Amino acid sequence: MKPASHHTQNSYVGGHIERVEDYRFLRGEGQYLDDVSRPGQWQAAFLRSPVAHGRIVKIDASAALALPGVHAVVTANDIEGEIPTIPFRRPNPTIGPYAQPIIARDKVRYYGEPVAMVLADSAELAEDALGVIVLDIDTLPPVIAREAAMSDKVLLFDEVKTNVPTVFNADKGDAEAAFAAADYTIRDQFYTQRQTALPMETRGLLAEWDAKLGKLSVSGAAKLPFFNRKAMAKMMKLPEEAVDYIELDVGGGFGARGEFYPEDYLVAFGARKFGRPVKWIEDRREHLMAIGHSRECSSDVELAFSKDGVILGMRGSLYVNVGAYVRPNGMTPVRNAAQFMSGPYRVPAIHLDAYAFVSNKTPAGTYRGPGRYEGCFFIERLMDQAAAGLGIDRLEIRRRNLITHAEMPYPLATVLPSDGRAETQCDSGHHLEPFELVVKDSNWAEKAALQGKLIDGRYHGIAIGSFIEGGASGPQENVRMELHADGKVGLYAGSSAIGQGLETILSQIAADALELPMERIEVFHGSTTYLKEGWGSFGSRATVMGGSAVLDAAKKFLAAFKIHAAARLGVTIEEVTVSEGVARTADGRSVPLAEVVKDGINVDGSFKNQTPTYTYGTSFAHVAVDAGTGHVEVIDYVVADDVGRIINSMTLHGQVMGAAVQGFGSVFSEELVYSDEGQLMVGSLADYLVPLASDYPVVRCHSLESYPSPTNPLGAKGAGEGGIIPVGGVVANAVANALSSFGVKPNVLPLSPSRVWEMIEDARAKA
Amino acid sequence: MKLPHFDYQAPASLDEAVALLVAGDGGARPLAGGQSFVPIMAFRLAEPSMLVDLRKIPGLDQIEIGDEGVRIGAMVRWRDLLDDARLASALPLLPAAIDHVAHYQIRNRGTVGGSLAHADPAAEMPTIALTCDAVIDVIGSKGKRSIPAADLFTGPLMTSLDSDEIITSVLLPAWPASRRWGFQEFSRRRGDFALAGIAVFYDEDASGVVANAHIGAISVGDTPLRLSKAEAALNGRKIDEATLAEVAAVASGEVDPNGDIHASARYRKALVGTLLSRALSAAANRKA
Repeated sequence: MKPASHHTQNSYVGGHIERVEDYRFLRGEGQYLDDVSRPGQWQAAFLRSPVAHGRIVKIDASAALALPGVHAVVTANDIEGEIPTIPFRRPNPTIGPYAQPIIARDKVRYYGEPVAMVLADSAELAEDALGVIVLDIDTLPPVIAREAAMSDKVLLFDEVKTNVPTVFNADKGDAEAAFAAADYTIRDQFYTQRQTALPMETRGLLAEWDAKLGKLSVSGAAKLPFFNRKAMAKMMKLPEEAVDYIELDVGGGFGARGEFYPEDYLVAFGARKFGRPVKWIEDRREHLMAIGHSRECSSDVELAFSKDGVILGMRGSLYVNVGAYVRPNGMTPVRNAAQFMSGPYRVPAIHLDAYAFVSNKTPAGTYRGPGRYEGCFFIERLMDQAAAGLGIDRLEIRRRNLITHAEMPYPLATVLPSDGRAETQCDSGHHLEPFELVVKDSNWAEKAALQGKLIDGRYHGIAIGSFIEGGASGPQENVRMELHADGKVGLYAGSSAIGQGLETILSQIAADALELPMERIEVFHGSTTYLKEGWGSFGSRATVMGGSAVLDAAKKFLAAFKIHAAARLGVTIEEVTVSEGVARTADGRSVPLAEVVKDGINVDGSFKNQTPTYTYGTSFAHVAVDAGTGHVEVIDYVVADDVGRIINSMTLHGQVMGAAVQGFGSVFSEELVYSDEGQLMVGSLADYLVPLASDYPVVRCHSLESYPSPTNPLGAKGAGEGGIIPVGGVVANAVANALSSFGVKPNVLPLSPSRVWEMIEDARAKA
Repeated sequence: MKLPHFDYQAPASLDEAVALLVAGDGGARPLAGGQSFVPIMAFRLAEPSMLVDLRKIPGLDQIEIGDEGVRIGAMVRWRDLLDDARLASALPLLPAAIDHVAHYQIRNRGTVGGSLAHADPAAEMPTIALTCDAVIDVIGSKGKRSIPAADLFTGPLMTSLDSDEIITSVLLPAWPASRRWGFQEFSRRRGDFALAGIAVFYDEDASGVVANAHIGAISVGDTPLRLSKAEAALNGRKIDEATLAEVAAVASGEVDPNGDIHASARYRKALVGTLLSRALSAAANRKA
């Protein structure tokens, strides 16, 4: 829809503004990768390892090459010299040897690892060819579970003598002393299952090589096109300027789509080697086995308390299965789980060891709220158990430990080895505010009577929990603002649109700053052709970083307008005032913006910031558990967060609600199950059970802007991930509360009907 | 997940369709909605030489209700069944079960005959056919024959149909107005494959004593199942708490389901009893 025109100047930010993108999407005018084709293009398909661990003996593609319409089969032997490995986004001193090669040469390390690429006239023919390639692999013992991996009996990388690339230590204060002085401690073990982000649009690329210019163009960019351009150029041994990344519409990212994957290189390699455009669209089965997995984390953690329920310390170990290789941001969830497990609580002493271990599973990466969802589940389960153990009300124990505004900025644990962000601190906020809002809005006082009650065959339970969300990942974002011939303002942003409504948000900010109607702002984004340098959309950064860069550009744009207007009016710059797109003098003469088109305005804006923002909030769940089927119904779910400054209440609401529902998928149904041999048992959306539109009808969201972030001129905070973070802990605690008469401990996710029923049955058998 | 190469024909008569299947010599497959079989082809688990689409053959899309029962043409779609208000009294168990078939889009395309021929033990229609003692009419190169549901399903996704035989209709025997019935299915999301399901009906005398109990189970065996021991345990009893508990235990005891990534075997076994107890409870408590 077009934005409503009744908005007065300077009032777009904070409004309930319909997305400008939707005008295009709802008319079927979106341009996704699959909508783009080139004459003479070849389609790629990938032969993937059918085993988890093995040595490649032979690849015979002769039968495939004999098929009509099949042009080439690329294997590791076609790559000259060393097989390139994918650069890290967040390097640390020990992960180098674990980087992912872009194709398997001698050894395969996971089910789904690319071993060959077929190029054919159509995707169907390419898939036919996959079926007749003879692939001979000597299998090796698969390393699947944590115990097997960490024993180092079978090594994934013979040249390094351990399956543990990094152990991160999160430290603050003196944890040993805190535990020695504690009146009460609670220790338990937890597990969050392996999942993936599952964007609706699978990955895809269209690579074109211009031999005359020596230029590579890659369409299908997402998330971080500028980093990927650098990575591609480095691996291709091309100058950076010789590679363009082109962003089309993107059907979701959630941390997984847009990272650099092996197929990205191979598709481009094919285009360059054969001089044909090469297109590849991932199918859902290979998506499940090849895109970054996440969340597989077990823990053994402990909290120390004083007798009045004040947290004194936290310690323990986390173990993250990062899969067969360390991908560009494969360590992010590991170090995040350690740094952010304390979350919204005042924990003066911390010592956590977070182990990343490799296994013969798909390599892992980030998924919305990486590490934070896991850590929140662990600490919220401990908080409820501590409340019971200490005999303190579950609300009261949280009130005694939530961080207050007076303590800001509040430092979290320091994480070493450093990947560039060892230290961080919550920037602003009063955590009790959303907490008390949720207590009130959830009607806790009345619902407390339902706890553990059996009503119409179902046990009712409630729970509450809080979270923090990191956002505004640094270091910088750039935009360029240009006055177009039609008098509209072109805004070229380094930020990427991944379906989150970027064009709307940046238009609102620009329109307010320039005092122009939103319709006069045109946003171009995500392609490397628009700017010399940019960063993209990850770590909930686009609004804060891109939006602040827009403010900078707008200031320069208005200054340039003044200069041109003053010249035309024959006055000094000081004599000109600009408002609502018109420059005026005191004696009533004026020049509208459209009149200076010939003079030209083209300015660069940027925003540098290494200090993350921390949105924070609280959520509540009321569940009913059917002990006969193990089914858990979410009867009510309330979440409140403080995002510093609301730019668009409508898109924000969508982010928070969408994240909460995505979280229900995490808690109840989504799981990437592997067999003991390392076969992925999930091959389609009939097995990978994401929430459907009708599954969770009741989610209520409230957003606050009581404590703006001091880190940026908007006062905004990243807000795209927070909604998913508390869902695991809060729902599990609500289920524990419902089933309190059985004494079950829902410490292992997902809470599938089978698992819930078995917890009850096992508790009954023990009783 | 792209389809393999195949030839496609949409004949206008059953004779032509059978001739195409005969000519295909086992490689040709009838297509009746394709909601299961086309995805199977996309996974390259089946690569037929030809699909013989039945959608243009007249006369296969009728729902006839008469003295002998409800006759459903093979190309009747789930949506057609759900939209037919007569079934609420003619055969109430059927729409109650079909309401659980998959998702909206699939219900608009999937067909009764396609589902019976596909013989998925996790699907509703095969179990309903078996539970109701349905008879399936087929035509092939050797002519027409009628197959009792109990003889149709021979294994997982396997039937006693010859490769040139086409299901034309299914007859579900007449249903007395006083009959009591229940249907319970549990899946991880509404419309997903059932973790287990129960279809049950029985007749009762004036004092509430059960006779003619029919109990079918979904998704707990290689084929749709009849739970004959539970039927025997139920016949001659009145529905009360003790009966429910006893019959549920017998039902759980007589199935031997597999575990998979969605649920353990132990869970499925217990779920059969739970669902049967709930289905019987609903049957007994439904106002006549």
